[in-house]
Amino acid sequence: MIGEGTHSTNQRRHNYVQERVEVGFFTDPTVCIGCKACEVACKEWNEVPDDGFTWSGNSYDNTGHLGASTWRHVLFLEQDRQKGNQLVGSHSLGSGDGEDPFRWVFLSDVCKHCEEAGCLEACPTGSIVRTEVGSVLVQNDVCNGCGYCVVSCPFGVIDRRPEPLPNAGGAFKCTFCYDRQKSGLVPACAKVCPTESIVFGRLDDLRARASQRVQELKQNGYDDAQLYDPQETSVRGIHAFFLILGEPEAYGLPPKPQVPTIYLKSAWTAAFATAIASIIATLVAFAFSS
Amino acid sequence: MDAPASEKRLEQLREKAWQEGVVPGRGVDVIGGPIPRKPGYYGEPVVKPPVWTWEIPLYFFFGGIAGMSAVIALAAVLFHHVDVARAAMWLAAIAGAILSPILLILDLGRPHLFLNMLRVFKHRSAMSMGAWILTAFGACAVPGLIALELHAHQIFAGTLDQLLSFAAGIFIFGAAIFGTLLATYTGVLIGATAIPAWFLHRTLLPIHFGTAGLGSAAAVLELFGHRISALNFIGFYAAAVETALLIWLSVNKHGAADRAIHEHSSGWLIRIGEVLNGPLALILRFFGLGSFAAISFLIGALVSRVGWIAVGKVSGSDPESVFAAERY
Repeated sequence: MIGEGTHSTNQRRHNYVQERVEVGFFTDPTVCIGCKACEVACKEWNEVPDDGFTWSGNSYDNTGHLGASTWRHVLFLEQDRQKGNQLVGSHSLGSGDGEDPFRWVFLSDVCKHCEEAGCLEACPTGSIVRTEVGSVLVQNDVCNGCGYCVVSCPFGVIDRRPEPLPNAGGAFKCTFCYDRQKSGLVPACAKVCPTESIVFGRLDDLRARASQRVQELKQNGYDDAQLYDPQETSVRGIHAFFLILGEPEAYGLPPKPQVPTIYLKSAWTAAFATAIASIIATLVAFAFSS
Repeated sequence: MDAPASEKRLEQLREKAWQEGVVPGRGVDVIGGPIPRKPGYYGEPVVKPPVWTWEIPLYFFFGGIAGMSAVIALAAVLFHHVDVARAAMWLAAIAGAILSPILLILDLGRPHLFLNMLRVFKHRSAMSMGAWILTAFGACAVPGLIALELHAHQIFAGTLDQLLSFAAGIFIFGAAIFGTLLATYTGVLIGATAIPAWFLHRTLLPIHFGTAGLGSAAAVLELFGHRISALNFIGFYAAAVETALLIWLSVNKHGAADRAIHEHSSGWLIRIGEVLNGPLALILRFFGLGSFAAISFLIGALVSRVGWIAVGKVSGSDPESVFAAERY
């Protein structure tokens, strides 16, 4: 929590892995300043290769999207919407909306570590596993790069790393800094976040804190503040959830993400029906022509 | 893009903005500023398009032929068409136990780790099931072919030959059962994903892939000179089912959610493929042009497999299709 200093859960050592406590990220764009320190810290700690030097023309975001070599991604939204009341500074008198309302929103996107994870279900090698803290981890030495997790993620997070990058051919995504967590350290992105827009901690604590924050923002004029934590869909909740202003679509987040395993029943039924029909048709064909 | 090129692009955009006051294009498509009016984040994909390349549609094609060849072989054995059975088993073994694994391994990001596919058995992963189905199919088709050939050439006599004949029957039966799954699971594989144009048609896909596999297997056997009425009947059946699927696909539209099937070059691939292995193959066969019908069906089956992968790439890159699909 802001103002907690070294007592913040972002700075304290912990034993969550050993204690098997469900942990998460709560990412709050209303305090994000778009510094991208999380992107940098993630790359440095995890030795993630560069993801290309391109100029997108989309605001100040040249990263574009999460991928095999982008595990944190700061979105830059420019919206023609009114700001809420500013709590501090020269705008504190009004809501900051003149004739030309405008607001910046920055949001640090990351793997959601779903409760029902499409990538984990899809993985045919058992390379993708669930850790003690509830996160979803790709064991890179096991992955053979079949690419099925890529089309099974409802959030478009995981991707196969192309040649000629190091460790090419395997699927990569955020590890929730499992290596750091095992040693009692906080994930690199949360540790480095200067405004604690990214908060790391126990999942239940974070959920309570997030709903409190939404109330606080609504009282201060951010009418469209809401939590993005799809617990009602087949994904059954995410370990990295977000506070958003406005609709999820604007952040490239699917409003109702579904884990693709829900489609298996109808697809296999069609497959078995086709199998039986094909056998019968073939037998009939030979029976009548003999 | 290297740094000077992007600088140059920036200059171009500035120039254009200065002259026209508006800069159309990605990210800056709105008059007066970069604020997007379309839902989504600057047109960035919401889900990831498949990374699969040309090997996968070819594998769908050969896997379908292999699997359904074994079904034809089983029926041919049961009704004493030994020549057809032998040709069908050769087809099953070559396409299913040699070509298919090679194509699958080539498509992996790390081909040397292909054996990791058999590390676990996950019934909730169509990819894992597929790996096991292909393995089981190969384990039946190859010994089935060997036993059948040894029996057909009367290499051994007496009890051993009877035993071989029995073993051939068992293995061909196994190959036929796993074969039907091999030809249809590929529809489940792409149907149970997060790609809108795929999962919206998850019941159509296994029917299409399985039936296209059956028709293709019969077509290949016909082109190899086995012009028997049973294969002609299978040709009629497959083309009729594919015609029905074409109609279903044309009627069962989902607007923006599956527009990759009805628009773009991916949509054309699907349509050309379905016309070739549906109505056109049916008409050609009706007029007794069996060979042409077989060729038309085979090309159609291959083109539509390529088309379905292309559809996945288009649909997966289209954020609006993901948002639109949430209504279904």
